[in-house]
Amino acid sequence: MVENRPWLNILTHAVLTLGVAIIAFPVYLAIIASTHDGGAFLRGVVPLLPGPHLLDNYGRMLGQGMSTSGAPPLTLMLANSLLMAILIAVAKIAISITSAYAIVYFRFPFRILAFWIIFITLMLPVEVRIIPTFKVVSDLGLLNSYAGLTIPLIASATATFLFRQFFLTVPDELMEAARVDGAGPMKFFRDILLPLSRTNIAALFVILFIYGWMQYLWPMLVTTDTKFYTIVMGIKRMAAVADADPQWNLVMAAVVLAMLPPVLVVIFMQRLFVKGLVETEK
Amino acid sequence: MQTKRTIFPNKWLPYALLAPQLAITLIFFIWPALQAAKSSFEREDPFGFRTTFIWFDNYARLFADPMYLNSLWRTLIFAVLVTVIAMGVSLVLAVAVNRLLRASRIYTTLLVWPYAVAPVVAGILWWFMFNPSIGILSYVLGQLGVSWNHRVNADQAMILIVLAASWKQISYNFLFFVAGLQSVPASLSEAAAIDGAGPLKRFFTIVFPLLSPTTFFLLIVNINYAMFDTFGVIDATTSGGPAQSTNILVYKVYADGFLGLNIGSSSAQSVLLMLIVIVLTVIQFRYVERRVQY
Amino acid sequence: MAPISLQGVKKIYQGNVTAIHGLDLEIGDGELVVLVGPSGCGKSTLLRMIAGLETISDGTISIGGSVVNHKEPAERDIAMVFQNYALYPHMTVRQNLEYGLKNRGTPRDEIDRRVNEAARILEISPFLERKPRQLSGGQRQRVAMGRAIVRQPKAFLFDEPLSNLDAKLRGQMRIEIRRLQRSLKTTSVYVTHDQLEAMTLADRLVVMNAGRIEQVGKPIELYDRPASLFVAGFIGSPPMNLFSLEALASASGHDLASLLPVGTDIVGIRPDSIAVDGEGMTLSGKVELIEPVGGESHVYVRLEAMEQTVTIVLQGRPNLAEGDWLSFVLPVGALHPFNKGTGLRTD
Repeated sequence: MVENRPWLNILTHAVLTLGVAIIAFPVYLAIIASTHDGGAFLRGVVPLLPGPHLLDNYGRMLGQGMSTSGAPPLTLMLANSLLMAILIAVAKIAISITSAYAIVYFRFPFRILAFWIIFITLMLPVEVRIIPTFKVVSDLGLLNSYAGLTIPLIASATATFLFRQFFLTVPDELMEAARVDGAGPMKFFRDILLPLSRTNIAALFVILFIYGWMQYLWPMLVTTDTKFYTIVMGIKRMAAVADADPQWNLVMAAVVLAMLPPVLVVIFMQRLFVKGLVETEK
Repeated sequence: MQTKRTIFPNKWLPYALLAPQLAITLIFFIWPALQAAKSSFEREDPFGFRTTFIWFDNYARLFADPMYLNSLWRTLIFAVLVTVIAMGVSLVLAVAVNRLLRASRIYTTLLVWPYAVAPVVAGILWWFMFNPSIGILSYVLGQLGVSWNHRVNADQAMILIVLAASWKQISYNFLFFVAGLQSVPASLSEAAAIDGAGPLKRFFTIVFPLLSPTTFFLLIVNINYAMFDTFGVIDATTSGGPAQSTNILVYKVYADGFLGLNIGSSSAQSVLLMLIVIVLTVIQFRYVERRVQY
Repeated sequence: MAPISLQGVKKIYQGNVTAIHGLDLEIGDGELVVLVGPSGCGKSTLLRMIAGLETISDGTISIGGSVVNHKEPAERDIAMVFQNYALYPHMTVRQNLEYGLKNRGTPRDEIDRRVNEAARILEISPFLERKPRQLSGGQRQRVAMGRAIVRQPKAFLFDEPLSNLDAKLRGQMRIEIRRLQRSLKTTSVYVTHDQLEAMTLADRLVVMNAGRIEQVGKPIELYDRPASLFVAGFIGSPPMNLFSLEALASASGHDLASLLPVGTDIVGIRPDSIAVDGEGMTLSGKVELIEPVGGESHVYVRLEAMEQTVTIVLQGRPNLAEGDWLSFVLPVGALHPFNKGTGLRTD
């Protein structure tokens, strides 16, 4: 820092404290709301201080769910979300790392075409091709299945580019030494390249886990069977009901539970998270 | 395009390695996109028995449709507001954090977690705060003499979705601005300080210009975010209402196609959206980040 | 242990760029041959073709009597030491040494025996459980050597293995490589651009230029009788002085042409063949620069008449100052005659 002006330091902390307060306030309200009983919302304005019903609300949501909304217990939805997020992250990493390996360590006809086909996925987010994609999944009989929830989402240009970029920085001699040492392509991949990619894989996993967890539109389209509901899409149904019949305490308990896993991942794996975010986007 | 100096000689292995990614891309990305392009030139009779090829009729209708033009206009307002607010706030926070040494880590942790909040959840949080009957902010506004009801007031509905969408995006922009600020050499600021420039002047004449690659990158990313990743925010708060005032393009595609079952029109809208994404992607790759090198 | 034979070996890259022009070379069993030349001369490409890391466009390469053109590097039974060592960064030193043996299905007790033996010879036993990044440059270099010797291959291939080390360490490792190769008696091909390294290590030296062999021979033979102007300029430091025959004859007043073979138009002389007195052609000029390098001094003398500078190596510390006028003698017998057109030696 160039100089030390006391008023500037005070201003800095003031700005940041205000920023943190604005960022945190909506979630604070949600947490507070989830500690009251339904009656607390009949008085016209939401409570601002914690109430005594935290365990009741969370216990009820995890165990039974909101019967009026037709959604299953949160335990099931959380498990589905977790499964979906992990499957998507693992599968994206698996198919991207092998694609990048093929593109960097081999020369073959249509190599550049393959690269461009993967690149195109960047330009086709699911939101802009909803109906035909839905039709494909439905024709393949994948509605209401974990396969239908995950497989259409696991192509990944960004992950492929990240691995490609990383592989290009691995010294050529490493592969040559491995070949002289008698390692074939799959052995080199398993023994040398995969261990060297550990940090990149971990960072990418954090980002992709969050991506998978946050999916909303796609699960909403392909699941009608409550058995496959994920928490993020289930919440919307509960909220719609809550507006008519105030059960804000329960909805906010669900909101907090829906946020908690990915937020904890960000907070406790901050270093990997930042690395993954900055490197996949660059 | 670059490969290693020596390569493995296998003939079939690279295809096997690429097969899963390519299969998924072709089946779930390219084929549906082609289908969308095809149906955008067709009209289906109400019972789905017969389709007729009608050239650009669907597109012509769209651009003659005041609802679509309204949606375009609303999308523009929304994207600009979200981009400006999310980037402005995060730049201020990033500059502040960049002034600190030890405390910066704690503030960073406290500021980045909303990245992990799903857009639909962000929507519900803000909807809860602005709920006309029990929301804390609508209550406070009421005390100040502002009657808040985003269910009937179009501007208020827009403000609600802008706030919810911006709130979630601040953490992302913040991280990139911090990274950008850290790559500005401290010696430049020090040199300017020796030349007698005060903190504000230094920021606007030295730091901000050097930050412009990050700023431009974030500009594209934020427009992209506002246009395509905010479906959940809209669906959780306004569902496009009142009176179409928050019916942004990506929500309208869904509403017309899935709820309204107007396949031809929805497909034409999809194709137009794809063109927008393609333009944004090309700009991002050509002018912002040289992510692909040959 | 095996001889290596190169017959008509060519390397043509896409776009018809020829990197190696039909090259023949026989490397004897247990011999250490050094390929030396300026960067881009094809020496590394040739080594990598022997290793199997580059395809062979034409000709044959045999190791131990069998043609290896289409064999994978691993099947050629060679070991390679890379310039940047190419140690596997995530493996310990021991795992680095074991990797090639494991891939070949060597029995466990044999692996342990060989690794421990190599570690002992190279004095890296204390580091066996460390990762490469915890080692110094010299230690990494030893591990890279160790990875080659545990394999007990037919041949060692060295690709500029010392160029990442500082000068002092480079000298030490050079001696060690020489000693190790003598005791193991493994056929070795060693690539370097450093002519001092080449001279001191080689049983036989191969000087390469622009994808062709300029000369092959014992280092001292190449020094004493360079076959071409290129070799004359490349081997020896400071490099040989070259004069146009005509200019030298007129400056010295000698009828040189009658003393030298027909076709000679360029003559060279080593800086250490020039003396300040004795028999021969006498020239004189102004001392431009004196570089005392310890036991000897390099003196640069400007010959105005010939518009060039001559380098003289004098033993000890001559009583000279810059700007002095110096007379010196070129012994006629020490002249190397060349033809400018062919670039070759004429006698």
